[in-house]
Amino acid sequence: MEETLVDWSRAQFALTAIYHFLFVPLTLGLGFIVAFMETIYVKTGDERWKQITKFWMTLFAINFAIGVATGIIMEFEFGTNWANYSWFVGDIFGAPLAIEGILAFFMESTFFAVMFFGWNKVSKGFHLLSTWLVAIGSNLSALWILVANGWMQYPVGMVFNPDTARNEMSNFWDVILSPVAVSKFLHTIGSGYVIASLFVVGISSWLILKNKDIWMAKKSMIIGATFGFITSLFLIFSGDESAHQVALTQPVKLAAMEGLYEGKNEAGIVAIGMLNPNKTLQNNENTYLFELEIPYILSFLGYHDINAYVPGLKDLVWGNSKQNIMSTEEKIQKGKLAVKAFKEYKNAKHADNREKANEAKMVLDENMAYFGYGYLKKPEDVVPPVALTFYSFHLMVILGIWFMILFALVLFIVKKREISDYKLILKSALWSIPLGYIAAEAGWIVAEVGRQPWAVQDLMPVGVAVTNISSTNVMITFWLFAVLFTALLIAEIKIMTKQIKLGFEGGH
Amino acid sequence: MFENLSLLQLQQYWWMIISLLGGLFVFMLFVQGGQTLLNALSANETEKTMMVNSLGRKWELGFTTLVLFGGALFAAFPLFYSTSFGGAYWVWMAILFCFIIQAVSYEYRIKPNNFFGQKTYEIFLYINGNIGVFLLGVAISTFFSGSEFFIDERNFSYWQNNLRGLEALLNPLNYLLGFALVFLSKILGALYFINNIDYQDIQHRAINSIKFNMIAFLMFFLGFLAWVLTKDGFAINETGSIYIQPFKYLFNFLNMPIVLAMFLAGVAMVITAVFMTIRFNKSSCIKTGGMGAILAVTALLLNVGLNNTAYYPSTFDLQSSLTIMNSSGSHYTLRVMGYVSLMVPFVLGYIVYAWHQMDKTKITKEEIEAPDAHNY
Repeated sequence: MEETLVDWSRAQFALTAIYHFLFVPLTLGLGFIVAFMETIYVKTGDERWKQITKFWMTLFAINFAIGVATGIIMEFEFGTNWANYSWFVGDIFGAPLAIEGILAFFMESTFFAVMFFGWNKVSKGFHLLSTWLVAIGSNLSALWILVANGWMQYPVGMVFNPDTARNEMSNFWDVILSPVAVSKFLHTIGSGYVIASLFVVGISSWLILKNKDIWMAKKSMIIGATFGFITSLFLIFSGDESAHQVALTQPVKLAAMEGLYEGKNEAGIVAIGMLNPNKTLQNNENTYLFELEIPYILSFLGYHDINAYVPGLKDLVWGNSKQNIMSTEEKIQKGKLAVKAFKEYKNAKHADNREKANEAKMVLDENMAYFGYGYLKKPEDVVPPVALTFYSFHLMVILGIWFMILFALVLFIVKKREISDYKLILKSALWSIPLGYIAAEAGWIVAEVGRQPWAVQDLMPVGVAVTNISSTNVMITFWLFAVLFTALLIAEIKIMTKQIKLGFEGGH
Repeated sequence: MFENLSLLQLQQYWWMIISLLGGLFVFMLFVQGGQTLLNALSANETEKTMMVNSLGRKWELGFTTLVLFGGALFAAFPLFYSTSFGGAYWVWMAILFCFIIQAVSYEYRIKPNNFFGQKTYEIFLYINGNIGVFLLGVAISTFFSGSEFFIDERNFSYWQNNLRGLEALLNPLNYLLGFALVFLSKILGALYFINNIDYQDIQHRAINSIKFNMIAFLMFFLGFLAWVLTKDGFAINETGSIYIQPFKYLFNFLNMPIVLAMFLAGVAMVITAVFMTIRFNKSSCIKTGGMGAILAVTALLLNVGLNNTAYYPSTFDLQSSLTIMNSSGSHYTLRVMGYVSLMVPFVLGYIVYAWHQMDKTKITKEEIEAPDAHNY
């Protein structure tokens, strides 16, 4: 497969996914926040809570629309740009996508209409239920797509069928209850809750700074900061579990996240550091230009044992017999055996030679776990871009901790003091809104760039997964998406800021 | 219950689900049809806003059905998903772009500070309604006319035409279904407005629009039928090889009388709905017309997929053609998905319930002009 095609296809997928994920997190979290607010309105009957609910609901809708617009392409892009992938694993991967459509999308879209237009048409109770169902529906849709993503990171519950040349599902429960999928789901919805809380707290701060609708802004702030504080703790715990899963299933990604070239026991984590750009797998230069390390943490994070050995990139590429780590070279050899056996099986079947087919099948089964390595050219190919993974990971973690501190501060001040006196806190809260998005995208970069070159871990590299198409086509669609999505994003931000300026009393 | 079904039975079951989804999706194209009528049926901004809001409460269901259509094909017939979406790249991309611009247009159309201005969002809706629907019709038409692709022993597919799907536009016969679908959606859109908006002028103009659109629809639809029922089709023999069989689609109807009956009943219902609306000023014919569209389209898709027919034929290499047998998911996955499909009646149930709750009162001018209205 030509390199430029793979690059453009990856670029397009990254572009569309990054855009889509600008809108998803807010939908995930704000849906619940709005539902809390409406519940208070229904319980108290206080019209001001209805106004609060409607204000945030309007912002929810503006965000939701562009989330839908950028989402439809994701459903089809596996086919349009990753056709070989779609066949190779479609038997497993397609199911969660279809279930997502049946169980989640319809719930969202049906009750979305009731939530917006039903105020005077349906009973209060049915309206409230609809608001909750929109929140639940959007979180359910996240569940299924993240099950699918988790499966790509850690494929389980399937067997390779050489007759159809694809992986076939053998256990549905293994797929959806895979620990990688579960921790990925929890961590991702957690990030959505935190971003939505930052959004609510930040905008409420701005309104307070502008001395606008103070009572309602404060009430919103309390809800946002409470939800944000609880969910940011949850986010940190689920992040810890995610890192543990990465250590168990994708050790190369973990090594890249920490820039760990040489493996070690009692490995520490770099709190802040700068990578040495001259460092390669081959040389012995220092990994960092400077670093501030917290001892033991990486061993503990990865393996829940402060003495555990964390393999470095060199161990994983060149092998380490002492630690019982197989070299990539050996995996490539096994992979090539598997690919060759698969071809022999096909030929034998074609020639109706059963004996030979059985022989080939045995070799294939034995080496199937390394199938994807058979397509790699050299061992170093298994190493993802280290700097991008490293910095994204650290940025995400630092920001995550900052958000927790911010929510705690805001919550304390708004409850115990007069928040409008704390201008610096209010401004920090406002400026933390974009930081939330940066943290979430950084998290996805860790997850997706960090697992390169794999489309499906160990089974299929991106170079094989891509559609057979000339790169010019993909280049054109890349730019079309870039222009269209950017234009729509500008429109969205302009509309959103206008609605925020109108405030709680403004038109919805 | 699905354990007892053979692989072939599951494949047929899933083709039926896909066909039903296709039918439901075409019914939901009333939203697209309605979008193309916004200017023609309104005399001022308020009237237009009434129509936009009437459609605005439904558009997401159609959109979601399209998304589900993609997901269900991926799960049940992954080889179609990889071959067609990856192969006919530009047709599907064009369709997707037409739907991306729809998704923001309702919400952003009259919001202050909306960057592009109201007109642009209305043009988006117009493009979605005309070009989006037309291209969908053309894409479905290739189920009958065939495409140029080759599938290797790994089941990786190779599209053989550099136009990547746009070559379907070089075959004028594919236009028949494209235009038929466009005019059908306009008819359904008008029927929907008549039922959903309590406002005489709009109802009156809608009835008038149906007259022309019905004639245009019948012309293209009958043309499409004449072509399909007389053309050679792509059949499968006992060993699984594909061969050309004259009058295949006509025979499919004759061999599957239930499918034929569904088809005829569907067409008759659409015609009856139009007749009752024009002649007797009935306002609730969207139900009959909509059911008719669902039945007719479902039957058409059943025709092209069942009775040993290759539903996605390759004219480049006949044996690469896709059938429900060679393109489906595994027995296990189809079974799991079978259980999931049992949720569909439940989902349809709550959609109908919510729809009913919302449409108990029709859209009126007063509602749109109310001070606390949430308008699109």
